Amino acid sequence: MNMSSKPVLLYGGILLVGIFLPLVFPAFQTQISMMWMMVTFALTWDILGGRMGYNSFGNIVFFGVGMYAAASVQHELYFDVGQFEVISDQFNLQLTSEKYVFGLALGSIVGAGICVVLAWILGSGILALRGQYFAICTLGLGVAVGEFAGTIDYIGAGSGMSAPVFPQAMGSSGLFYSYYFFILMGFTFFALKWLYSTRFGLAINAIRDDEDKAEAMGLHTTRYKTLAWCVAAFFLSFAGAGFGHLNGFIDPLDVAFPGATFGVWMVLMAILGGKGTLWGPVIGAVVFHVTQEFFWSTLLGWQRVALGLMIVIVVVFFPLGIMGWVREKWPERFGHTLEEKS
Amino acid sequence: MSPILLRRSTIDAFISNLNLLFIVPPLSLQLVVNGMMIGALFALAAFGMALVWGVMNVINITQGEFVVLGGYVAVLMAQNGIHPFFAIIVAPVILYGVGWFFYQTIIKRVVDKELFTSLLATFGISILLQQLMNQVFGADIRRAEHGFGTWGFFDGLVTVEQIKLLAAIAAIALGGAMVLFLKKSRLGQAIRATAQNARAARIMGIDTDKVYAATYSLNAAICGAAGAMVAMIWVVEPYIGLVYTIRAFMIAIIAGLGNLSGVVVAGLSLGVAENFAGFIFGAQYQIAFIFGLLVVILVGRSFLLGRKREYLK
Repeated sequence: MNMSSKPVLLYGGILLVGIFLPLVFPAFQTQISMMWMMVTFALTWDILGGRMGYNSFGNIVFFGVGMYAAASVQHELYFDVGQFEVISDQFNLQLTSEKYVFGLALGSIVGAGICVVLAWILGSGILALRGQYFAICTLGLGVAVGEFAGTIDYIGAGSGMSAPVFPQAMGSSGLFYSYYFFILMGFTFFALKWLYSTRFGLAINAIRDDEDKAEAMGLHTTRYKTLAWCVAAFFLSFAGAGFGHLNGFIDPLDVAFPGATFGVWMVLMAILGGKGTLWGPVIGAVVFHVTQEFFWSTLLGWQRVALGLMIVIVVVFFPLGIMGWVREKWPERFGHTLEEKS
Repeated sequence: MSPILLRRSTIDAFISNLNLLFIVPPLSLQLVVNGMMIGALFALAAFGMALVWGVMNVINITQGEFVVLGGYVAVLMAQNGIHPFFAIIVAPVILYGVGWFFYQTIIKRVVDKELFTSLLATFGISILLQQLMNQVFGADIRRAEHGFGTWGFFDGLVTVEQIKLLAAIAAIALGGAMVLFLKKSRLGQAIRATAQNARAARIMGIDTDKVYAATYSLNAAICGAAGAMVAMIWVVEPYIGLVYTIRAFMIAIIAGLGNLSGVVVAGLSLGVAENFAGFIFGAQYQIAFIFGLLVVILVGRSFLLGRKREYLK
């Protein structure tokens, strides 16, 4: 994507922003972490929604599963499980820095593994559905998993569980997690940029354009579809692991499987930015998150009404999104000059 | 303690509940009767959903919110001293207006777009309405007090709430009236013609825009009536709408579009299945059960079709 004639400058600039933004605005470190997380959300949603034409409302499942898995690994490593089950709220989950970071790393990797396997299993069933059936099925999946998580005692059932406390020796948790999420976002972005440039990218685009034809041309569509969902699940799981630890407390419906907030936002952000483009989800997520943080507090409880209104307005009047609009306005910036050359 | 998904005691509770059904057969009868009376309401909402789906090719996620909104009409009437049973007439009138408003402002612009656009647009309206209801009526669980009693059979082992029976009868009557309307009236025929072939209908002089508006508003009205009964039988709360949408969707896809008797059978069966599941697993699994059932039904159907090299369309 020819966003800039000097991509090095652009990426360098973003890197500098990523490093210095949390240092310059220490009061907003949590919000900055969440902004990078939102970008990751939108990017991962776009793999299926934008590139493959499979609009999922249930990607939040992997976020929550990754979160619970990472926190559970921390508990299994360092605490007596029987003990925290009884007094999960009062239990003091203090750890040393090395243990904390090791536990987080191991937990997020285990979580990612679980999520990829889960995506494979779920995908081989659900991804056989087409179009709106897939959308509604994943909507049901997201709610069902959230409700089901609320009945599992091992992870604290409906009353939730606590992630370990961030060790004081490591300074501010906001700074740590703004870098965690920035690195995650960078990894996701470049991994997807690379993936889209390979045969995999072409294959999922072919599935979006005409699945039957793609299959007739000899593509193993089911394999590609499940693989795409696994990629999304992999990155979302890391986001979940980080957010669970950042938030400290994991509640099944509001933190781990918040279909009504994160689950909807990831769809909205990708569409707002322009689905099916590499930069669209990034821009959409940043625009959405910044507006939300700055203006939504003035709405006093009417935020979610505004969210519903925003979805309707974006979908009805602005379906191409920001990048789609830019692309229509300046097509030559996007390499649509092939006709002249040939 | 090893990490197990469900505790032994939970599973034991399921099994003992199941055993109880065999020990006391009237309990099963009770569940069937209750389930069928509730199922009639589900079938009503599903009928509306299938109507909009079939005629406009829009999957209306707002369905459940219309039901809840109808419920709030009944609740408000009961609060102001009017018997909520009249809400079965008042709620459809109000909801017809609501449906017409949303059609003219939003649905009109997405009705001929790709399916996901209209799906997402109605999803947006659904969130909008949920949150509006939360702001206006509060997040509390509300019910419309109706003052009807209960009949007991088999020494009180099987009870039939009069209001449930009345609601089921009203639902059947309303469904019947809708069918008659679609068959006999001029507008009903126009709706069916548009469902068959919108382009041909337009050529024959039918104003399809008006037909769409009428279809969508009628659907909202039906849902409103179902909601008024739900508020009397059960409860309403701002966020419960999606559950009704999913129920209606499940019934519609099990029955297939345009299969009216199928909608009735599927609706009643879903009501019964839900009641049995609620009894065996307990209330905390109710929502997980409904949404899990949705996933199972969709995947199962697609698997069955896949064996014939077809897919859900």
